[in-house]
Amino acid sequence: MYEFDWSSIPGALPFLWQGMQRTLEITAVAIVVGIVLGTLIALLRLSRNWALSNLAAIYVNGFRSVPLVMVLLWFYLLVPQLISNLVGRPAIDIRLLSAFVAFALFEASYYAEIIRAGIQSVSRGQVSAGLALGMTSGQTMRLVVLPQAFRRMVPLLLTQAIILFQDTSLVYVIGLAEFFGVAYNTGNRDGTLVEMLLFAGAVYLMISFCASMLVRALQAKLAS
Amino acid sequence: MISIRKVSKWYGEFHVLKQCSSEIAGGEVVVVCGPSGSGKSTLIKCVNGLEVFQEGEILVNGVSLCARNTNLSKLRSQVGMVFQHFELFPHLKVIQNLTIAQCKVLGRRNEEATEKALKLLKMVDLSAHAQKFPSQLSGGQQQRVAIARALAMDPVAMLFDEPTSALDPEMIKEVLDVMVILAKEGMTMMVVTHEMGFAREVANRIIFMDHGEIVEDRPKTDFFRSPGTDRAQQFLSKILSHNV
Repeated sequence: MYEFDWSSIPGALPFLWQGMQRTLEITAVAIVVGIVLGTLIALLRLSRNWALSNLAAIYVNGFRSVPLVMVLLWFYLLVPQLISNLVGRPAIDIRLLSAFVAFALFEASYYAEIIRAGIQSVSRGQVSAGLALGMTSGQTMRLVVLPQAFRRMVPLLLTQAIILFQDTSLVYVIGLAEFFGVAYNTGNRDGTLVEMLLFAGAVYLMISFCASMLVRALQAKLAS
Repeated sequence: MISIRKVSKWYGEFHVLKQCSSEIAGGEVVVVCGPSGSGKSTLIKCVNGLEVFQEGEILVNGVSLCARNTNLSKLRSQVGMVFQHFELFPHLKVIQNLTIAQCKVLGRRNEEATEKALKLLKMVDLSAHAQKFPSQLSGGQQQRVAIARALAMDPVAMLFDEPTSALDPEMIKEVLDVMVILAKEGMTMMVVTHEMGFAREVANRIIFMDHGEIVEDRPKTDFFRSPGTDRAQQFLSKILSHNV
């Protein structure tokens, strides 16, 4: 019978908390940048300009067709080179920066598709009404279509954020000490890998579950 | 006020509008009728450039829709439009529906826009509903808000695209009443509708369309007394048997 040894958890808690802050940082940056960039890409994708629309399609399909781990590694190998060529060695942790960039760009491709669908779900008549009042097409998009589209998309955007939150654990491949990485390293060091991973899993489960409940509550509120 | 000159439009192979021409003078009320699929809605949407056409020309208040230097948004802000399905903005309160374009398009201050909006809501008898969302109103109320929203822009003419077709019968009258008031105040109006009672009461002229053509364009008394064509005759006998 396997004897569980939970003794290394209490001592590791401060580091785990630091790791969790990293995790949340990456998640937050990826959500914010991903939604802003995703909206831009969705608008390009829907634009009547053939070249712009295709460019956006290539971006979206490109990122959605490669594994996230690979994107992370590419950016880890690429971004530091680029940045030190441009501005010299930056002050910020290069691994964290490359994780920010990789997640933001990767998530943008997923958010772009959600947002595109949201924009298309707003009826043509609403666009006509905006235009008929003398709004430009930009104003119609900003004042009429996007507010309605985002309202409908909130549950989907949050669901994507939950997936993203879990996916951040992948940054352990570039040696960044986020929550999962800290748990893994501590477990490895103390020979309590199984316990640490079980604990980490329980934390992910709890946070994601609570967030899911929130999404469901929101959905119910939106439906009413 | 509105000149439609030999306008033709195609959807791919399908010829939707065939050489349509008409003149609508300031203060005139023109009712456009005809069987479904005859191109009435398409024609009225061409007048404010919501639909493009391939041939011909439309002038509104002396400004050509087709000219390269025409500011289409500005022109549309001067022509009010009321849609079959109301198209109120569901994420905005009634009062905001009436102020948003005033502020963002005409650059009015919020107080000024609100004052104008409240005055118009009073005219359509909906003052009590200013702070509600469109979804909390009945269809007839929503359509009256939509009329007020268009009027808030101080338009020189109003276009109505089947304004009562999506309404329950008991709500049609409240919308038509507002339109009658407008007509009597001298608003230039182009109205696509099957409401022949409305046409008899306030229209100056009737345009009858069929298969994308303007078949008749005559003063209403002539039109109702003796339609000049068999097609108009048939159409009238069909709808008048239920609609007097």
